[in-house]
Amino acid sequence: MQCPKCHAPMHTYNRNGVQIEQCSGCRGIFLDYGELEALTRLESQWSQPAPPPPAAPQAYPAAPSAPAWGAPQGGHQGGHGHYGHHRHKSFGHMLFSS
Amino acid sequence: MTADTDTDTDTGTGAAPGTGPRTGAGDSVLVSALAAHARAAAHARAAVHPRSPAAPCVCGSAPLADRDDATVVRHGGTVAKAHAPDTDTPALALRVAVADRLPDLLLPPLTPAAPIRLHGRPVTLWPYGAPVDPDDPDAAPWEAAATLLARLHRAPVPAGLPPMRGPVKAARALGRLRAALGTAAHRADAHEAARAVTAAWAALPPWARSAAPMPGPAALCHGDLHLGQLVRHPAPDGPWKLIDVDDLGAGVPAWDLARPAAWYACGLLPPDEWARFLAAYRQAGGPAVPEDGDPWPALDVPARALTVQTAALAITKALAGDRPLDEVEQAVVDACARMPAVPSQYPGPSRPAVPSRLPGPPRPASGFPG
Repeated sequence: MQCPKCHAPMHTYNRNGVQIEQCSGCRGIFLDYGELEALTRLESQWSQPAPPPPAAPQAYPAAPSAPAWGAPQGGHQGGHGHYGHHRHKSFGHMLFSS
Repeated sequence: MTADTDTDTDTGTGAAPGTGPRTGAGDSVLVSALAAHARAAAHARAAVHPRSPAAPCVCGSAPLADRDDATVVRHGGTVAKAHAPDTDTPALALRVAVADRLPDLLLPPLTPAAPIRLHGRPVTLWPYGAPVDPDDPDAAPWEAAATLLARLHRAPVPAGLPPMRGPVKAARALGRLRAALGTAAHRADAHEAARAVTAAWAALPPWARSAAPMPGPAALCHGDLHLGQLVRHPAPDGPWKLIDVDDLGAGVPAWDLARPAAWYACGLLPPDEWARFLAAYRQAGGPAVPEDGDPWPALDVPARALTVQTAALAITKALAGDRPLDEVEQAVVDACARMPAVPSQYPGPSRPAVPSRLPGPPRPASGFPG
């Protein structure tokens, strides 16, 4: 999906079972219905000191290196990028095109 | 097999009959002539069926591709390809001869001799090979593709072989974009996207823009790798081979890795598929990247160039279709927009005209001319 504010592509992340879309351009975050409540609920459970940092490295498998001009999340941190669970039709076409 | 003036899905010589030929879009006389040529060759080859040559046959002819630059028709196990009208025919003959010499890597031609001409187009004959299923790109043979490329890059470069045409194709894509923009003044979105693409293009070193010879040492390169360039031969389950020698030549081998690299960098190709491709290439001793460590210093410029080329063609296509860029196309344009701010990692200056203030490694003797 595209960011409603700056129209850059948004990448989906899973944080403790909550799907979060973050814009690769302006870094804005999109929450579906009920997700804010789910996050608030999770936050209230983190009463222990030193909660894990938001970019907990164990959330991502090690990804191959990528250039700095690449997609902010897709290529770098093993996030969902544009590939997600099924290949985008347009990319399927691109794979076979000069 | 090539699609250098077209961004439609490239079905090569191997596409299954009926997978989207744009019949009627091109020269139907040429298609008929090609079909007759392929039919005659098919029947001469294997006595497909014992009838008189003039009798109707049951093999059937199917156009596999019909574009400005290539028309491909299959008859039984034989495929006839009419190359672009502006093809350098002596160079094509040299390229076809390479395929004839490396039959384990490249689909060997049925006609190793000089191409014949039909309707002003050079025509070559090939055996049919089974392509990658366009509906199942998850089954893409990344390891096979990488291994074939590594072996191709390690093969000696035949004397007199022309340069690999990758940079020429990239420059041509930018030319098509400029032409399309010229007739679409009302499309502010396309002009904005095109500004990012042309700025990224301008920041590339001259050799990647086909404005200077490629740096050496030259390797034998395919020049236009994508998933439409792989077939199994003999069909349906023979070993994978590379097809389409139109852009094959001597050049920078990293160019052949640059499309998958660009797709990965743009967040389109999943990391595991890129990792499989790269690992198989290294495993097979491919010379385009170091054996281990960061491959991006070698891949950076070609991957930028292929990203720019892809973005330019995407905008051109969106203009032709009178539609906005889709999400995938926008991702490629966005990558172009980020490029000028990031210095090139290639071991050499990205803008040789601007002297660097920083001490850098000595430039290799085979570095960028000009």
